[in-house]
Amino acid sequence: MDLLNAVIALSNYVIIPAMAYGSQLALGALGVTLIYGILRFSNFAHGDTMAFGAMVTVLVTWGLQSLGVSLGPLPTALLALPFGIMGAMALLLVTDRMVYRFYREQKAKPVILVIVSLGVAFIMNGLVRFIIGPDDQKFSDGERFIISARTFKKMTGLEEGLAIKTTQGITVITAVIVVALLFWFLNRTRTGKSMRAYSDNEDLALLSGINPERVVMITWLLVAALATTAGVLYGLDKSFKPFTYFQLLLPIFASAIVGGLGNPLGAIAGGFVIAFSEVTVTYAWKKVAGYALPDGWAPDGLIQLLSTDYKLAVSFIILLVVLLFKPTGLFKGKSV
Amino acid sequence: MNSALRNTLLFGIIGVLIAYTGVAQSWNTALLILNMGLISAIMALGVNLQWGFAGLFNVGIMGFVALGGLATVLVSMPPTTEAWAAGGGGILAGLLMGAMTIAATVLVIKRMPASTLRNAIVLAILIGGFVLYRAIFDPAVEAVEAVNPAGTGYLGGLGLPVILAWPVGGLLAAGAAWIIGKTALGLRSDYLAIATLGIAEIIIAILKNEDWLSRGVKNVVGLPRPTAFEIDLQNDPSFVDRAAGLGMDPVLASTLYVKLAYAGLFTAVLVILLILAQRALNSPWGRMMRAIRDNETAAEAMGKDVTARHLQVFILGSAVCGIAGAMMTTLDGQLTPGTYQPLRFTFLIWVMVIVGGSGSNLGAVLGGFLIWFLWVQVEPMGLYLMELITSGMAEGSALKAHLIESAAHIRLLTMGVVLLLVLRFSPRGLIPEK
Repeated sequence: MDLLNAVIALSNYVIIPAMAYGSQLALGALGVTLIYGILRFSNFAHGDTMAFGAMVTVLVTWGLQSLGVSLGPLPTALLALPFGIMGAMALLLVTDRMVYRFYREQKAKPVILVIVSLGVAFIMNGLVRFIIGPDDQKFSDGERFIISARTFKKMTGLEEGLAIKTTQGITVITAVIVVALLFWFLNRTRTGKSMRAYSDNEDLALLSGINPERVVMITWLLVAALATTAGVLYGLDKSFKPFTYFQLLLPIFASAIVGGLGNPLGAIAGGFVIAFSEVTVTYAWKKVAGYALPDGWAPDGLIQLLSTDYKLAVSFIILLVVLLFKPTGLFKGKSV
Repeated sequence: MNSALRNTLLFGIIGVLIAYTGVAQSWNTALLILNMGLISAIMALGVNLQWGFAGLFNVGIMGFVALGGLATVLVSMPPTTEAWAAGGGGILAGLLMGAMTIAATVLVIKRMPASTLRNAIVLAILIGGFVLYRAIFDPAVEAVEAVNPAGTGYLGGLGLPVILAWPVGGLLAAGAAWIIGKTALGLRSDYLAIATLGIAEIIIAILKNEDWLSRGVKNVVGLPRPTAFEIDLQNDPSFVDRAAGLGMDPVLASTLYVKLAYAGLFTAVLVILLILAQRALNSPWGRMMRAIRDNETAAEAMGKDVTARHLQVFILGSAVCGIAGAMMTTLDGQLTPGTYQPLRFTFLIWVMVIVGGSGSNLGAVLGGFLIWFLWVQVEPMGLYLMELITSGMAEGSALKAHLIESAAHIRLLTMGVVLLLVLRFSPRGLIPEK
């Protein structure tokens, strides 16, 4: 029995990757939940918005790299991120003006807006593939590890190594900063308060003189920033491939619904619930069990509940269970 | 212009387009477009049942189509006797174990009052059932997949005629639709969309990874056919004589003959389904559906069970998509799980329904043919356009190469733009609902 090594192995393979993935999901789900709260539809184009913002960032990163600009140990993509956000903002404002505003004025049913957003998703996806191509793109540079497995072993003399990738560290730190800024904005500023008022009760907010078009515009700007950050962090951590972002939609929606659609705090909690379940269910526990159990008790199999090919199924099953038993989500979301 | 004349004209245009393809390109291409057009029209009919009749948004068409494909393999391929002997019983026992676990869980939740004890029992059943299921299932799967992995490595099917697979495909899709509908209907409309998006991805993941069932990405090829094989026709002296009598090359004649036979079968299915859908639309049931779609609250006040009707029509529509999926796999002669993509099998069908006219069965059929034709023919047009645009650029420039290479992605953009334009400027489609 060797509990210390078990804890280290658990952190290395489960806790740290799930923290990073959870932060990415949380940022994505925050965008979905904001749109749901203000514009009142599920945005199927969110994954492709992430892809578009990330694509602009990748292109600017390549430009900066060829100019010889770098951040030293940090990835250059962080410098390019503001440009990516501006690109996504421009795209979303143009889409809103050309597509969504018409249906808003018509007071169209939410399901029509969902179909429209699916059309927008495919146009965005086509744009991204047209500009950067459908293949994998690498754009991370700088130091690879904050602490590598080998240095950790040397420092502590333990059998198990603990590696923290730079991208994982940056993901978590960036997510914390972004979420803090967002909550400060929503709770402390006048504009943020008017957004929450609009989300809670549209008629009352209109009566008290809140300009709906301005609220909608600010929402799209916030969503662009959140989506691009999430997309870039995911791309840095794994790699940038246009198609994967459409597949991220399911875990992101699941996170937002588990937490309660329309509730920002819920979106963050949901992101981590989904990420931790996904990683724990698809992780082969043999190594950790080998350390944690008394000698001779270690099992022969991998003790992997589901193969990693089915990680989508995890978010889907959680989604179904939540819909069956608590459709408003863990934190109270909007009406069912 | 009255509507009957207008509709005849619209279908006439499709006919001319396909005939023109036959003259200008080749009759094989034209018949290929016709056959896939027939299948697309059936898929569009199914989606129109859900969207046009009842206003349900299904983003998982791909999954139901793929289940139809799976049915083709399960029904028509010969059983792999060795694999059955090695682990068939184990796999069945494992699946039964899994089903019993779920049934027991449901029973406990339904019968016992909510309490900590109930939750503990449910958890115990789920964990115990899962461990047992894996203990029975895993060794059996390994044994099955070890049987001649390059050639079979799966259980095979029942060896029945392939036509039987079409209704079975509908049944499989209906089963999946029941699970989704049971959980997601009755809640907000968005939830159904998200749940169907999920089930489609998971069905594809299962087809790709469960080698004992569908051979996964190794594909099942050489599915039996409901029609003759070209090579048999070419070796048949009476067929060669008749082809010669028509002044045709026997190879060309045999390919055309086979495609025409498929077209006949598909047309029969389409006509049956279309008549059924038309009768349903004009029956009291259809009027009730439309009443529910247009105003749920009022329909509910009149005593209609909205959730149950929605579940009914959702299952029916998905079953039609499953039938079409089985027909498509039969036409292809192979099941290739890697080729199912949401763009091709979900989004494109949506464009067909919206462009054709949501709520109108004839519109769905028209949309199926028209959009399929465009889908096939837009790619060469896009390439041509790109070559025209880049013709002024220097030979070998990177931009030119990139633009020409990206021409394939233009289809995606075009279809998205078509959908948005129709929704905005002509939301009732080409053949509007009456």
